[in-house]
Amino acid sequence: MTALLEVKNLKTYFKKKKVNIPAVDGVDLKINKGETVALVGESGSGKSITSLSIMRLIPSPPGEIVDGEILFDGKDIVKLTENDMCKIRGNDISMIFQEPMTSLNPVLTIGEQIIEVLMYHQKMSKSTARNRAIEMLELVGFSRAKALIDDYPHRLSGGMRQRVMIAIAMSCNPKLLIADEPTTALDVTIQAQILDLMKDLSKKSDTSILIITHDLGVVSEVADRVVVMYCGQVVEEASVDDLFDEPLHPYTTGLMGSIPSLDGDVERLYSIEGTVPPPEHFPVGCRFAPRCPHAFDRCRNEDPSLITIKGSRSVRCFLHGDKEATL
Amino acid sequence: MSVTTAEGMNEQAYKKESDYILEVKDLKKHFPIKAGFLQKTVGSIKAVDGLSFNVKRGETIGIVGESGCGKSTAGRTLIRLYEPTSGEIIFKGRNIAKMSEGELRRSVRKDIQMIFQDPYASLNPRKTLKAILTEPMITHSLYRPRERMEKLNELLEKVGFNPLFINRYPHEFSGGQRQRIGIARALALNPDLIIADEPVSALDVSIQAQIINLMEDLQEDFRLTYVFISHDLSVVRHISDRVGVMYLGKMMEFASKKDLYEDPLHPYTQALMSAVPVPKKKGVQARERIILKGDLPSPANPPQGCVFHTRCPAATEICSQMVPEYKELKKDHFVACHLY
Repeated sequence: MTALLEVKNLKTYFKKKKVNIPAVDGVDLKINKGETVALVGESGSGKSITSLSIMRLIPSPPGEIVDGEILFDGKDIVKLTENDMCKIRGNDISMIFQEPMTSLNPVLTIGEQIIEVLMYHQKMSKSTARNRAIEMLELVGFSRAKALIDDYPHRLSGGMRQRVMIAIAMSCNPKLLIADEPTTALDVTIQAQILDLMKDLSKKSDTSILIITHDLGVVSEVADRVVVMYCGQVVEEASVDDLFDEPLHPYTTGLMGSIPSLDGDVERLYSIEGTVPPPEHFPVGCRFAPRCPHAFDRCRNEDPSLITIKGSRSVRCFLHGDKEATL
Repeated sequence: MSVTTAEGMNEQAYKKESDYILEVKDLKKHFPIKAGFLQKTVGSIKAVDGLSFNVKRGETIGIVGESGCGKSTAGRTLIRLYEPTSGEIIFKGRNIAKMSEGELRRSVRKDIQMIFQDPYASLNPRKTLKAILTEPMITHSLYRPRERMEKLNELLEKVGFNPLFINRYPHEFSGGQRQRIGIARALALNPDLIIADEPVSALDVSIQAQIINLMEDLQEDFRLTYVFISHDLSVVRHISDRVGVMYLGKMMEFASKKDLYEDPLHPYTQALMSAVPVPKKKGVQARERIILKGDLPSPANPPQGCVFHTRCPAATEICSQMVPEYKELKKDHFVACHLY
């Protein structure tokens, strides 16, 4: 399989009072054509900044991509001019945000918001764009799309708005869809509808999806591969089956243990001690060491690197792969 | 004096039904919809519409449902933050639904406390931790001033806080720490019953687990009774003894945790359970998923008959005509559905 997106050693820093804050610190990420990759982590792990960096939407100043490459279809988009980037955004890469309530323009009708995208990117005439917009709305499951197209966003519920967002994002047949916590603000029954829709669309149109979430249930539902982030770094990467069968990094294990199960009882939940440190106070050595139950001296002094294990997965931890590391 | 006799009678009633710390009977809370120049009432939003359940001393009742189902309104009505439209709330043998505000403050308020969802919005940003935690004691004239500091330190220790933090302000704490403060504040008055409205929804999973464990420890230490309101079915399963499922202001099903999760009877409960994405486990087959069509109808204009019939996969003709009775199908397993 060919890689559609390849992020190499991405570093996005924010300047605050002349101090560099490493929000994203050397992230590698690869998404193949038609693949769904999940980016998992708690708040403050840098997962949203990674996705915004890919879209080149980091507010600058204070933010800046200081190092690394983002290869999209072979082109390094870090080096593109703003004008060239505008052609990629919405056309080749599009994004769905967490808050369906605030990401639609309240004074434009739903139709206008979809038509605008199509006229700008696909150079369609207004009437063809309108037909295409109706088609898109039907595709995301609205039965009365013709009537709905002239409605304003406030008349829709959260789940319906998120479907409109998906319709907008998918209207130009993007190669990559970035979904930042697309179902976090929604109820479970609506979440099930949206996840189903996303799976369906990616199968139909062969779109790659980067889904950002903190919900491991959602991950196992939609993703092919999982990338776990902690404190601006990738700590583990594996296929979804491998990860849930045998999580390697203590942070991943901790995350899984923290979630109460729906079909089984545990006496007491496992909890990771402490909290995610803010980026200006990342500890020396392994960043997870202060909260890790297995930490030993080496963890507190040396920075572990991301090593490949069993050919297909990788982990950033001294507990694993010492044998492989010496190879 | 009339007050003492009333208390005496209540004492008797309380002894008779000491099993239940809280009994809710046909509780309703309707919000009026006002319109026009004269702000006439043109309709009502039936946020809570006939809720009945009881809570045993020392247990945890979970209430689950989607947003807009009235679970938060129910929680707030239970402690009279909202005035109930009708129905009874019997707390320790006394009906607090009709009690006067003064009487309520004198004898009930300190026994029922609440933990709120948003740890950022529920603490006064201009007060120090010390002021936040001692204020309830001062309001209720509990303890002598000197003892209050002692109690304060004890509370902080219980929720896992460094006593050196007492002069800090809420913005200096993280979300998880703030929720601990919210819990300590609720405990400051030694309550019997705590209503927790989505206490862990705003927190990251690792912090969520810490708070849930803390709440369980405190329950044991202080013999607390919880009403735990949440939209997260797995969290509710973990913490509760008995669970109620709400939809559009009505209780659809109410049963022990084991019965409800292993043998859900109501089609809504079944759909809700199947919709939750669960992390994969080795050797476990993926479950059959029931996808509900459409959204929650508006509580201002709920469907005729069974409120769930518009989205129910098993709906028949009778469902759109008659409201199903809320009945005890098996022992301690209540369902409101025409199927049974």
